[in-house]
Amino acid sequence: MNRYLRTLLLFLLLASSTAQAALTIEITQGVEGAVPIAVVPFGWTDQAVSAPENISAIISADLNRSGRFAALPDRDLVAFPTEGESVQFKNWRMVNVDYLVIGRINPAAGGQFDVQFQLFDVLRGSQVAGYSLTTSRADLRRVAHHISDIIYEEITGDRGAFNTQIAYVTTSGSAKNRTYTLLVADSDGYNPQTILTSAQPLMSPSWSPDAQRVAYVSFEQKTAEIYLQEIGTGKRRKLASFKGINGAPAWSPDGRHLALTLSRDGNPEIYSMDVQSGALSRLTRNAAIDTEPAWMPDGRSLVFTSDRGGSAQLYKIPATGGSAQRLTFEGKYNAGADISPDGRRIAMVHGERGRYRIAVLDLDSGRMRVLTDGSLDESPSFAPNGSMIIYATGAGNREVLAGVSVDGRFRQRFSLQAGNVREPVWSPFGK
Amino acid sequence: MKTTISTLFIAAMIAVLAGCSSKGGTTDGSGVAVEDRSLGGAGGVVTGGAAGASSFEGMSLNDPNSPLSRRVIYFEYDSAEISTADRDTLAAHAGYLAANPGQRIMLEGHTDERGSREYNIALGDRRGLSVERVLELNGVGAGQTTVVSYGEEKPAADGHSDAAWRLNRRVEIVYQ
Repeated sequence: MNRYLRTLLLFLLLASSTAQAALTIEITQGVEGAVPIAVVPFGWTDQAVSAPENISAIISADLNRSGRFAALPDRDLVAFPTEGESVQFKNWRMVNVDYLVIGRINPAAGGQFDVQFQLFDVLRGSQVAGYSLTTSRADLRRVAHHISDIIYEEITGDRGAFNTQIAYVTTSGSAKNRTYTLLVADSDGYNPQTILTSAQPLMSPSWSPDAQRVAYVSFEQKTAEIYLQEIGTGKRRKLASFKGINGAPAWSPDGRHLALTLSRDGNPEIYSMDVQSGALSRLTRNAAIDTEPAWMPDGRSLVFTSDRGGSAQLYKIPATGGSAQRLTFEGKYNAGADISPDGRRIAMVHGERGRYRIAVLDLDSGRMRVLTDGSLDESPSFAPNGSMIIYATGAGNREVLAGVSVDGRFRQRFSLQAGNVREPVWSPFGK
Repeated sequence: MKTTISTLFIAAMIAVLAGCSSKGGTTDGSGVAVEDRSLGGAGGVVTGGAAGASSFEGMSLNDPNSPLSRRVIYFEYDSAEISTADRDTLAAHAGYLAANPGQRIMLEGHTDERGSREYNIALGDRRGLSVERVLELNGVGAGQTTVVSYGEEKPAADGHSDAAWRLNRRVEIVYQ
C-alpha cells in the first residue's frame, strides 16, 4: 500500500472514530516490508444504538502508527466475518494479507461490555490468539489498545506500547500574552487531560515509574520551582523551591528519588532528592553548568549535560556521585539525553553546523547516528518498548511533535489544530 | 535602521515596564502610572564610595535620555560576556542602586530558542549572574539583586531567524 493511501486511511480512521483527538497524527514516511494485516470491523448486534467505540479502527491506527504493520483500508476488505466459523482464508490470501483480526462487542451485565477477538495466520489458515475481555464503556479504548499490544507481541515478538500516554506542553498567544498548558494524552493523541494551565512557563515534565504522577517545573511564582502532581486526583505538592534554578526533574527507575538541577550552591549542579523525605544529596561539584540528569535503567548511574569541557556534551556519573565520564565526542553540542529502556542507547539533541537534530548514541559500539532532519529538533523521548522516539520539531512557523523509529525508517508527525506543542515525554508502562 | 529599531524596542520595553511598576506611583495626566524616584532637589544622599555614584544622584529612572532607561543587555550566541557599552549602562544602574540601597531589582536571564531547554535555563542564569557581578563590582549590595532565568521560555521576539534570536539573548533589568 503506498504512502498516500496510508495517510488518507489514517485521517479517515481518525475522522470516523467517536472521540476527539487532541493531536492529529500523520505518517510522513512509511516502511516497505511492513506486515500486511486486515482488521475487520467488530460485530455489534444492537441495531438501535451504534457501537460504543470503533474498536477495529483504533487497532488499525495503532498498528499503522507503529510503522511495522500496514492495515488494509476498510473499503479493501473482501468480507466481514465476526465469528471464526465464517472466516474463509482463501479470500484473505487473495488480498495478500498475512494476518486477519476479527471480533465482537456485546453488552454485558451492569452496563459493561464483552469484547472478544481472534487473530488468524492467513497463510497457515490457523488461529494465533483469541481473547475475551469484559470492561466498562470508559475503558473501551484502553481495551482496544491492549488488543493491539497482544497482536503486536504475537507477530513481532516485541512488547507493544499502545496502552501508554504522553505528557506534553502547549503554548498559545504571543510575546506579551502567553498561556502555557501541561497535558497528558493517550499515545494515539486521544483523551487529553490538562494537568496545569499557567500564564507563566511550564516545562520539563517527568513521569513516575508507575505512570501515576508527574513532576514538572512551573514559573507560576515568577521563579522556577518543581512540583509533583498526581494525575488521577490533581493533588500536588511543591518539591523544590531553592534559591536560583530548580529544574530538570528526573524520576529514578525505582521511584524513590528525583534527580534535579539546583544552582543554590552558586552554579547549576546535579542533585538527587529522596522523594519521601526531601533529603538532598549532591552529585556534581564544579564551576561548569551541570544539568539535564537522566537515569540509566539499572538506577546505578545517570547521564547529564555539562559544559565542563568547553561545550555542552553528555557525561555519565555514578548515582552516588563521583567522577564523571564523558560520553559524546562528535559535534559541538550534545544535550538533553534520554536513555532507551534497555539502557543501550542514548537519544540526544545534537548540534552541528547550525542545525539541531536528534541523534542516537549506541553505547555498545560508540557510534552516533543522526535520526532526524529538522533544524530545531529537541526533547527526544523513547517509547517504553524502545521502538520509537518522539520529539519536538518545527513545521513552518509552528511547533509540532514528530516520531521516528529507532532505525530511522519510519516517521510521523503529531500536530495540534491551534497553538504549539513541545516537550513530549512518553510514559513508562506503569502498572 | 537598526538603531531606530533598537530605540523603538527599548521605548516599548520602557512603556511595558512603566506599566508594570509595582509599589506606589502617581498617575500623570495621560493616565499612565509613573513612579517618582527623582532625587533632584530632595537633599543630598550620602553614599559610600562606588565610582560614579555621585554623578548619577540626580538621575530619574524615568528619564528617557538617561542611561538608566536602558534596561536590556544583549549577548552573543552561547556567551555571557558583557560589551563595553553595556558595562557603561550597568555602571549607571549601579550608581543609582548604590545610592538607593532600599531599591531592589530582578535580573531576568534569557536565551534564544536553539538547543535544549534546561541547558538554556542554565545559560540564562549565567547571563543574569554575569550582569549581577558587574553591578556588585560597582557597589551594588548583594541583597538588592535577584537573578531569575527563563531560558528560552519567554522570548521577546517570536520567530526563528537570526534577528529574532538576537533580541532574545538578553538580560532584562526589572526595577521592583
